[in-house]
Amino acid sequence: MSERRNPLVALTRARVLEFVREPEALFWVFAFPLIMAVILGFAFRDRPPDPVPVGVVAGPSAPSVSEALALSGKVKPAAYATRADGLEALRTGKIALLVEEGGPLVYHYDPTRPDARIARLEVDAAIQAARGRRDPTPASTSEVHEKGSRYIDFLLPGILGLNLMGTGIWGIGFSIVNARLKKTLKLMVATPMRKSDYLLAQMLSRFVFLIVEVVVILAFGVAAFHVPIRGSLGTLALVTVLGALCFAGIGLLVVARAKTLEAASGLMNLVMVPMWLLSGVFFSSERFPKAAQPLIQALPLTALNNALRAVMLEGRSLVQIGAALLVMVVWGVASFALALKIFRWQ
Amino acid sequence: MSAAIICRGLKKHYGDVKAVDGLDLEVNPGECFGMLGPNGAGKTTTIEILEGLTPPDAGEVTILGRHWGSHERELRERLGISLQESRLTEKLTVHETLELFRSFYERGRDPDQLMADLSLEEKRDARVGKLSGGQRQRLAVACALAGDPEVLFLDEPTTGLDPQSRLQLWDRIAAYKAAGRTVLLTTHYMEEAERLCDRVAVVDHGKIIAQGSPAELVAGLHAPHIIEFSTEPLVQDALLAAIPGIGERRQRDGQWFLAAASLAQAVPALLAALDGAGARLVSLSTHRATLEDVFIALTGRELRNE
Repeated sequence: MSERRNPLVALTRARVLEFVREPEALFWVFAFPLIMAVILGFAFRDRPPDPVPVGVVAGPSAPSVSEALALSGKVKPAAYATRADGLEALRTGKIALLVEEGGPLVYHYDPTRPDARIARLEVDAAIQAARGRRDPTPASTSEVHEKGSRYIDFLLPGILGLNLMGTGIWGIGFSIVNARLKKTLKLMVATPMRKSDYLLAQMLSRFVFLIVEVVVILAFGVAAFHVPIRGSLGTLALVTVLGALCFAGIGLLVVARAKTLEAASGLMNLVMVPMWLLSGVFFSSERFPKAAQPLIQALPLTALNNALRAVMLEGRSLVQIGAALLVMVVWGVASFALALKIFRWQ
Repeated sequence: MSAAIICRGLKKHYGDVKAVDGLDLEVNPGECFGMLGPNGAGKTTTIEILEGLTPPDAGEVTILGRHWGSHERELRERLGISLQESRLTEKLTVHETLELFRSFYERGRDPDQLMADLSLEEKRDARVGKLSGGQRQRLAVACALAGDPEVLFLDEPTTGLDPQSRLQLWDRIAAYKAAGRTVLLTTHYMEEAERLCDRVAVVDHGKIIAQGSPAELVAGLHAPHIIEFSTEPLVQDALLAAIPGIGERRQRDGQWFLAAASLAQAVPALLAALDGAGARLVSLSTHRATLEDVFIALTGRELRNE
C-alpha cells in the first residue's frame, strides 16, 4: 500500500508538466504576445507628427522661403523648377501645398484636405515671422501628453484580453482533442478518476501560465509605453483570473465533442473570430450599431476587455465593474457545467 | 465461490454489423481466461462492454457480483484495465505517469514497486514518448495495476511486440495470476493463450464457438495430428481427398497441412499416393494439433490473416 496524492493536484501537475514540455505551446502563450507587443511598440511609439511636405517654386526668394520653412520644423519644403512641376506634385498628393513668389506670395492648395489647411497656416506663419512680423499678443504654448488617452493605452488591455481568450481556448482545446484521439481519455475514465477532476485540472493548470502571461504583457506595456494601471493590482488580478477561468470553461465546451483536430480548430475559430472583431480589441465595440449592442456587451471578451480597461485606465473598483465580472462568471460556470454534461470521453 | 465475471446474452450492433451477437461468458476467480479470435471477431467490443466502457444493446454483465449501472465507482476501484491502442501522455515520465494513475485509486501500489515489478526502474525518468513498444506496453500494464486490482482486463497485451518483450510481459501476467487474481485477456496469438490461459473461448463473428482449457479444445478435435508436407510438383486436392484417414486439408504457399486421426495409418497411405502420382517429396513433418488447428477446424479459416 502506498501514499496517495490528491487526484486533482496530480492531474493539474501532469497537465502543467505536459504543457511546459511542449515548445510550440510555450511559443503561442509567451512569445507570441510579446512579439505582438514589440511590433505595436514600433507602430505607436511616442513621437511628434511627421512634418507636412510642401513645395517651393524656384525664384529669387525661394532659398530664403525654404530656409524659413525648414527652420519652423512644422513642414518639409521641396524645391520645384517650374510652377507646372509643382502643381503636378500637388495634384498627385506628393505635397500638401505649393508656395510661389513670382510677384505676390501665392499658396496653391486644396482646402478640402485638412493637412493642406494646416500647412497653409504653418507656412504663412513661418514666412511672415521670418520677414519680421511681430504678433500684437505674444502667446506661449503648453503641450499636454496625457498617459491613458493614447491608442496604445486602449490597445494594451485589449491585447491582454485577446491573449487570455486565445491561450484559454487553444491551450485547453488542442490538449483535450489530442488526448481523445490517442484514447488517453478513455484509459483515464476506465479508472476511478472523477471526470470533473479531469476538467477542473485543465482549468486550474491555466493559473500557472496565466501569471506569467499577464505579468509579461503588463510589464512590457508599463515599461515600454508607460501604460497606466490606475486601479488596484488586486482588482486587476481578479479580473484576469476570472477572464482566464471563463475562457477555460468555454474552451472545454468548444471541444466537448470534437473528434478530430480539424473539427476542433474550426469550432475554435468560429467562437473566437467574431469576438476578435466585435469585442473591442483593436477599436471600441461602441462603434457597432446600437441594435447589436446588447449582444456585443454580453460576449465574454467584451466583458473582459471592458473590465480590464475600466481598472487600468479609469481606476475603477471591483463594485463598479461588477456587471462585467458577472457576465464572465455566468459564461464560465455555464460552459463548464454543459461541457461536463456532454463531454465525449472516448 | 461465485464467478468473477459473468455475462449473458451480450449483443452489440453497429448498423448492420453484429459486433457481438449473443455472447455468454463466465470467468472464475483466480482464473486466467482468454478470448481468442481473429481481428474483427468482436473481442474488443466484448471486453469493453465488460469493462463498463461500452453499453451493450442487450445482455447482462456482472463483475465481482456487481453491476456497472449501480456500482460503477466501486468496480473502477477494484478493476485494472489496459486498452488496445490507447496511448499515454508522451511528455510525462514513467514515474510521473504511474504517480498520476496511482492518485486515481483509494488504495493501490507504490509507483516504485510497480516499476520494479515490470522492469521499468531504469526508465524511471524517461519520457513515455522515448520508450520502446515493449516498455510502453509494460507501462500500460503497470498503470492497470496501480490500483492493486482484483480483476485485470488486458486487450491484446502483446500485439506488435518482439518475442523477448512478449516473454517478459507473460511472466508478469503469470505472476499476477499466481497471486490469486483474475485475468481476462484477448489475443490472436495462439501461443499466448496456450501459455497463460487456464481456459479459452474461441470467438468468431461475435459468438463463442468453443470453450475449454487449451488441452480440452485440442483433444476435442477428431484429428489431433497435423501432417505438413510439400512436393515437387505441387499435388492437387483431389489426390489427397481420396486418401483414407485424412480429415481437414489446406494449402498455403506450396505447403499442405492435413489433419489426421492416426499418423500410423495416414502417413504410409500419403506416401504411397504421392509415389503413384509421380510427385517428389520435398519436406515432411508432423505435429500435435494446437489451438490454431482448433480454430481452423471450427471455422475453416486461419486465425491470423496478417
